[in-house]
Amino acid sequence: MASRVYRTSAPGRARSRWVALAGLLTVPVGWMVLFYLIPIGILLVHAYWSVKYPEIDHTLTLKNFRTILTIDLYPRVFLRTVIMAAGVTLADIALAFPLAFWLAKRVRRNRDLLLFLVIFPLWSSYWIRIFAWKTLLGTNGILNSFLQWTGILHQPLSFFLYSKWAIFIALTHVWLPFMILPLFTVLDRIPDSLLEASSDLGAGWFATFRTVILPLCKPGLLAGGLATFRLTMGDYIAPTLLGGPGDQMIGKIVADQFGVADNWPLGAALIVPVLIKISLLLWASNEAGATERTAV
Amino acid sequence: MSAIPAARSRRFSLGSVSLTVAAITVFIFLYIPLAIIVLYSFSGEVVNVWPIGSYTTRWYGEMWNDSQIREGILLSFRIGLIAASIAIVLGTLTAIAVDRFDFPGKSLLRFCVVLPITLPGIVTGVAMLSFFSIMGMQLSNRTIIIGHVTFCITLILNNVVARLSQIPRSLDEASADLGATPWRTFWRVTFPPILPAILSGGILAFTLSFDEIVVTLFLKGRDATLPLVIWARLRRGFSPEINAAATMIIAVSFVAVLLANRVSKWAGSS
Repeated sequence: MASRVYRTSAPGRARSRWVALAGLLTVPVGWMVLFYLIPIGILLVHAYWSVKYPEIDHTLTLKNFRTILTIDLYPRVFLRTVIMAAGVTLADIALAFPLAFWLAKRVRRNRDLLLFLVIFPLWSSYWIRIFAWKTLLGTNGILNSFLQWTGILHQPLSFFLYSKWAIFIALTHVWLPFMILPLFTVLDRIPDSLLEASSDLGAGWFATFRTVILPLCKPGLLAGGLATFRLTMGDYIAPTLLGGPGDQMIGKIVADQFGVADNWPLGAALIVPVLIKISLLLWASNEAGATERTAV
Repeated sequence: MSAIPAARSRRFSLGSVSLTVAAITVFIFLYIPLAIIVLYSFSGEVVNVWPIGSYTTRWYGEMWNDSQIREGILLSFRIGLIAASIAIVLGTLTAIAVDRFDFPGKSLLRFCVVLPITLPGIVTGVAMLSFFSIMGMQLSNRTIIIGHVTFCITLILNNVVARLSQIPRSLDEASADLGATPWRTFWRVTFPPILPAILSGGILAFTLSFDEIVVTLFLKGRDATLPLVIWARLRRGFSPEINAAATMIIAVSFVAVLLANRVSKWAGSS
């Protein structure tokens, strides 16, 4: 239908559409290829190079992958990161559910305002909120001085900060809106009459939850879970600010290889399993029918 | 209609009360860190402790007299504006192509544009770093801008495509039937209704760029954006003006998100 826009002869029409399309896409596609796809390609090629300090040796080798598999630190860090990502995802589901359900099914007035309040943290700087947890959880921090002030504690506790729990709490907090929004979207679409029918037919709230709500939430849970999982997998800020030496995550180790450790090929090789893991998740959740991410 | 009394009776049940309590608790959890930063930026104490003995605006004064922070703010604004403007042009062009044309590789194109925000920021950062290094390009503010544009394009694209899909194509056709050139049709028929979507996408792109740190850390040259200044001081240990600078970043994004929200509402009503 749109081809009727151009009132010329058929071949001329087709040609002018191609000209218009080329005019629209040349610069954006050129930008993406030059500044994103080629860089990713170069990064992946780095994984097959090696370092002969201070130079990079461009002969292809599998040395980096052997290092990753033989030095037991790397699989451990990778496993720790995956466990952290899974834990953060589960915690976010548990926290997001009541809020999303309440917003979708109970709130009648001020709904736009409340939704805005959920969306705003999504756009407010995530690394500043991670830093806020550092001031909250530190030995001389706000939580400790608060607990001492109330008399619950007599001496500050030091295990809050520089632990995997600090990373866990902070990442659960910063990615929470990414779970709430898709969950809200799917819950909002469930008609109230469906829930009433279920309870009229004698189902208790748990049975309604398990047989009606949960299956209908699946696309939102998948979309939200994918977001929280991949964001945790790649994070570098939380382990840097909140983690102790034993709590390193893959993002931090990769960043170190491109910084202080100055071993770019090893850093590139360390990214490969992360990319594989995320691609598999993307593919799987697409197959399972995740909804698109919700923006403002 | 019988649903109304059922809903009303449910409102006072135990389950309903605990749901509301749980929801409000989660809301508090969502806002505690932001509240802490803002509150302590006015604290008279030199360290962050409870209770706060006195309140002051001294840290804002110190922040303003700190030339490093002042230059950081200006640089972040400049980079955000330039990156958002380039992303607006590239994203809008892509959106029109995606919505109004059928061509092979369309879904692949959309997939590639979303990749920079789907993959961790660190991947974008180190990939571009290795690219610039192989190309022999000096790291500078220009490389930061290139990095920011790349993950901002998708914001504009999504916003504009969502709006374009609501505008019937028959309007374009009517314009052409009445003898308007495609160029004129674009500016007079297609562009006005998508303008709010372009603007709100652009504001959000600015917000992302303004406080971005992961990609910026890898692509920075000699100058420091505001996040880089704060980051460097954080790693050295805490100093109270950090809370003031962080509050400023939060305030800028709050105003921007509010503005984007208003602008897209304005699109919905027209």
